[in-house]
Amino acid sequence: MNIQRINARGIWSIYRFEMHRFKRTLWTGLAVPVITTSLYFVVFGTAIGSRMTEINGIDYGSFIVPGLMMLSLFNESIFNASFGIHMPRFTGTIYELLSAPLSAFETVLGFVGAAATKATIVALVILLTANLFVDVRVEHPFLMFAYLVLVAVTFCLFGFIIGIWAKGFEQLQIIPLLIVTPLTFLGGAFYSIDMLPEPWRTITLFNPVVYLINGFRWTFFGTADVAVGISLAATAAFLLACLVAIWWIFRTGYRLKA
Amino acid sequence: MQSIISIKGIEKTYAGGFRALKGVDLDIRRGEIFALLGPNGAGKTTLISIICGLVNATAGSISVDGHDIVRNYRQARATIGLVPQELHTDAFERVRDTVAFSRGLFGHAPDAALVERILRDLTLWDKRDAQIKELSGGMKRRVMIAKALAHEPRILFLDEPTAGVDVELRRDMWGLVRALRDTGVTIILTTHYIEEAEEMADRVGVINNGELVLVEDTSALMKKLGTKELTVLLAEPLAALPPELADWRLELNADGRELRYVFDRHADRTGIPSLLARLRDLGIAFTDLNTRQSSLEDIFVSLVSDRRPA
Ligand SMILES: Nc1ncnc2c1ncn2[C@@H]1O[C@H](COP(=O)(O)OP(=O)(O)OP(=O)(O)O)[C@@H](O)[C@H]1O
Ligand SMILES: [Mg+2]
Repeated sequence: MNIQRINARGIWSIYRFEMHRFKRTLWTGLAVPVITTSLYFVVFGTAIGSRMTEINGIDYGSFIVPGLMMLSLFNESIFNASFGIHMPRFTGTIYELLSAPLSAFETVLGFVGAAATKATIVALVILLTANLFVDVRVEHPFLMFAYLVLVAVTFCLFGFIIGIWAKGFEQLQIIPLLIVTPLTFLGGAFYSIDMLPEPWRTITLFNPVVYLINGFRWTFFGTADVAVGISLAATAAFLLACLVAIWWIFRTGYRLKA
Repeated sequence: MQSIISIKGIEKTYAGGFRALKGVDLDIRRGEIFALLGPNGAGKTTLISIICGLVNATAGSISVDGHDIVRNYRQARATIGLVPQELHTDAFERVRDTVAFSRGLFGHAPDAALVERILRDLTLWDKRDAQIKELSGGMKRRVMIAKALAHEPRILFLDEPTAGVDVELRRDMWGLVRALRDTGVTIILTTHYIEEAEEMADRVGVINNGELVLVEDTSALMKKLGTKELTVLLAEPLAALPPELADWRLELNADGRELRYVFDRHADRTGIPSLLARLRDLGIAFTDLNTRQSSLEDIFVSLVSDRRPA
């Protein structure tokens, strides 16, 4: 094969290696989202939903589904991608990746591709689980899927950066726990930001996660708190920022090479 | 002879400011076995890591088979297999899968027959379906060799392949290295065992404190090894060498209490009987005689200690 231009087999090898790693923990990997989703439905859907029947004309149970999917998608993407690249750094097997005829782009494609695949699958499993509790209608299924993949890729890139930046396994958890999860809860995953009083509503508009969740919610219901174009632009901006950071990491060998 | 790796002025200063390599120039010949010797911390691993793309050089350039390792990294790396010094393996992967993975990483189509042959050569075939974590240290090292061979490299780097390896595996390993060389693979290895370099290598390079202090054909070094040394301990110190002993080119040491005579052990006539007869004729009494043979180790130690910074 000609690897002068692109080492497709190399990318595929990394992708398969990572998918194989996920397969080893397939059952816990799928049981966790199913159980968590069910719990959310018991707590939010049943307990709270019985008091708050509708948001913007959407049944509350259905309303939280996109938020639940996004919450899991963020965490899965960051966790899978950061762990995927952190592990070889930790065990030292990264020597093989660095000595292989692979470009930075190809290496990232293999890792991020696999992590995004898994995160997307988990999000879809959540959608299926949610369907056991409520009737979820998806107005734009193709756009929904495309948006899912786009956000998964973006957060996997972000996770990849964390995996390279982190000095230890505990640092892998810091950003998801301290930044992403709070921003998600405050970003209208389980409510409409229109329900907030001022100045909280305006403050919330500085939370980037608001745009991600609302863009996704729009693909379900055709309505959202912010315009879908702004959501897409915010997602694209984040994607671009991650790409630039990764380009810089490989150019300088930051925390990859001595 | 055509060189397959050409190293020019390679310098490496680590982030902490430590200068691990101070301008190394070296040409590796196609098809040779080259042994890199040097004490701990000399810079052997650093040099190998730079060639293989694990460490960025601070200055200098390297080309592999005519490809610059930075600009044409794909072509340069595609021909290189690396077995690093430390054991770095996955834990849960199966032996066969991890070797197949390495082959794919280098852009090659799957080849189960080749993987089988490599595993059999390294007596890992019985362990093909074992998870790597179930293997012993020596077996893990063999897995790393199998991974390095999986993409059929033309150049193989072995960084201390026999450290912590039992006698049998060591012998197998050398058999494998010879077999690879016979198929035209160039092999660069580092070792602390001088006999190993002596036995295996076509050429030897000695590196110390980040500088390459010697590169020589092993056979030329063996010639130096061919010298033997006779020390004559005198009963009475001599003030100066008597002119009658000029034929032997002796050295007078230890305040005139020792005569040192260096000779070629392969020569038909060592000159020792005549030297002893002459000493007797001159009435020079001696109390003891010592002979010793210099080894590569001596040469190595003297080179290294000569270059130690004051
Ligand atoms: N990542 C690093 N950061 C800083 N210094 C380093 C790093 N790696 C190696 N060094 C230093 O560079 C020097 C050369 O190290 P190197 O590993 O190349 O030695 P070596 O010849 O392979 O030694 P050994 O025989 O012990 O394997 C050592 O002094 C070492 O401490
Ligand atoms: Mg070393």
